[in-house]
Amino acid sequence: MSIALVGYYEPWWIQILKAIVIFAIALQLVPVVLIVERKLLGRFQARYGPNRVGPYGALQPMADILKLLTKEQFRPSTSVGLLFALAPLISILTAVAAFALIPFGDVQDIFGTKVGLYGIDVSIGPLYLFAFGAVAFYGIMLGGWSSGSKYSFLGAMRGAAQLISYEVSQGLALLGVIFTAQTLSLTGIVHAQAGMWYIVPQFVGFLIFLVAGFAETNRAPFDLTEADAELVGGYNTEYGGGRFASYYFAEYLNVLVVSGIVTTVFLGGWLLPFGIHPPGWVDPLVVLFKMSLITFLFIWVRATLPRLRYDQLMSFGWKVLLPLATLNALATAILVVATH
Amino acid sequence: MADPAETSPPGPQASSAVKVARWDPGEDVVEVQRSPAPGAMRSAWRAFRETARGLKTTFGRIAEGPVTIEYPEDKVPVYPRFRGRHKLHRFEDTGAAGSDPAHAGLEKCVGCSLCAAACPADCIRVVAAENTPENRVSPGERYAAVYEINLSRCIFCGYCEVACPFDAITMGHDYELSSYDRSDLIFTKEMLLAEPLERAPLRNEGE
Repeated sequence: MSIALVGYYEPWWIQILKAIVIFAIALQLVPVVLIVERKLLGRFQARYGPNRVGPYGALQPMADILKLLTKEQFRPSTSVGLLFALAPLISILTAVAAFALIPFGDVQDIFGTKVGLYGIDVSIGPLYLFAFGAVAFYGIMLGGWSSGSKYSFLGAMRGAAQLISYEVSQGLALLGVIFTAQTLSLTGIVHAQAGMWYIVPQFVGFLIFLVAGFAETNRAPFDLTEADAELVGGYNTEYGGGRFASYYFAEYLNVLVVSGIVTTVFLGGWLLPFGIHPPGWVDPLVVLFKMSLITFLFIWVRATLPRLRYDQLMSFGWKVLLPLATLNALATAILVVATH
Repeated sequence: MADPAETSPPGPQASSAVKVARWDPGEDVVEVQRSPAPGAMRSAWRAFRETARGLKTTFGRIAEGPVTIEYPEDKVPVYPRFRGRHKLHRFEDTGAAGSDPAHAGLEKCVGCSLCAAACPADCIRVVAAENTPENRVSPGERYAAVYEINLSRCIFCGYCEVACPFDAITMGHDYELSSYDRSDLIFTKEMLLAEPLERAPLRNEGE
């Protein structure tokens, strides 16, 4: 990789170990989010969620995954085979790659080796994030197009338009933070929040980023890509079995990624308020707790808001979020220049 | 989102001020707000407030807790007059006034077929036979040799129970009548006379 890495002083074997650990963590977190979402959605609708498989239904995602994996790999005769198989892989790949960016703690001294509790700490953090966010759109677009089905294609087209519109606002919302922190490294941004978390001075940016994050992950109320009522299932209509599971996995991993980025950028990452400095091993727990709060918000919003109409989605993205994000970035820039 | 062209909905005041040949819905029509209120800040605030209100509403459901009744384990209690599966009755020696100890154990049904006649679904089949001194089944002249109810046709209207002159057939409280085979749903006299399982709990007074 030719990109400059900050903190790139770890031996190669630690890098490989970290890659495996991060993938394993992602693999473990997704079923947890899955069952928590279904349970919470149930509670929001005054019912129990799944509660038949295992204690309190905790093994429900295992049953779901097992069911999906044992199903036949079905492919429509009109589909383009290679791309049809490749598209879910792209979705998973980009989600995991973005997950590697989330810092779960500072550089720790583990058995005499200095290990940063993050996959990589690139000096172009948000750029890396948006790069993979943009590639993620290929997963949806290729999947929808190569299915050879009109519903899949419509869903994919919507997804493409939605991703492009909201990524702009998301990037602009992040600009305010970057101006204030004067760094593009995500660990650097966390360190810059030692005095005050950016949710306070950048509250508008936080809201914009969160809303755009809902749209980026194709979650309610912006789940027009899979609008079940009109598009059957959107871009993944023709998918089944393991490939559908991949899409599902990527969707929930994306929720975790957005939660992680919000935690890192606006909620002070592993920092605790009131000057509490716990030992290093607490850091990942702090990050996970903050991430779970944001994930809870994701589920809460999904249980509350109805799906937007397509023109509402577009006009909201371009006429409300984008000007607001631009104003926010401009105001922050002026303030930063004025105070320095 | 605010489109100025859409913000003036057609109403009585609009049609009275400008002479436009437009249908006037009159005063009893509630005006529907089709677009955000004019003013960017106001509409943004309104959207934010309404979203927050919606979030509060759904969160309230968590606080209330689930209303689910987990069916196979918990059953909805039935009302005393609930019309479930039919029961055929025998005379009991209750010792109360009007109860004849000589009748105890005999079937109440006398095979008159009034229930079958009253049945709108035509699901009851009664074949009567004469009582003999050696084989006395009911206190009357005749008894039901065959009494079958086809529960796959029954509509649980309760007319049979109303038609019966001897209160021999009543509607019970059982509602778990699923079966893997249609022929299992034809209930014979022995099945209807047998003590029902009474799996459904009875609702208490005032519940």
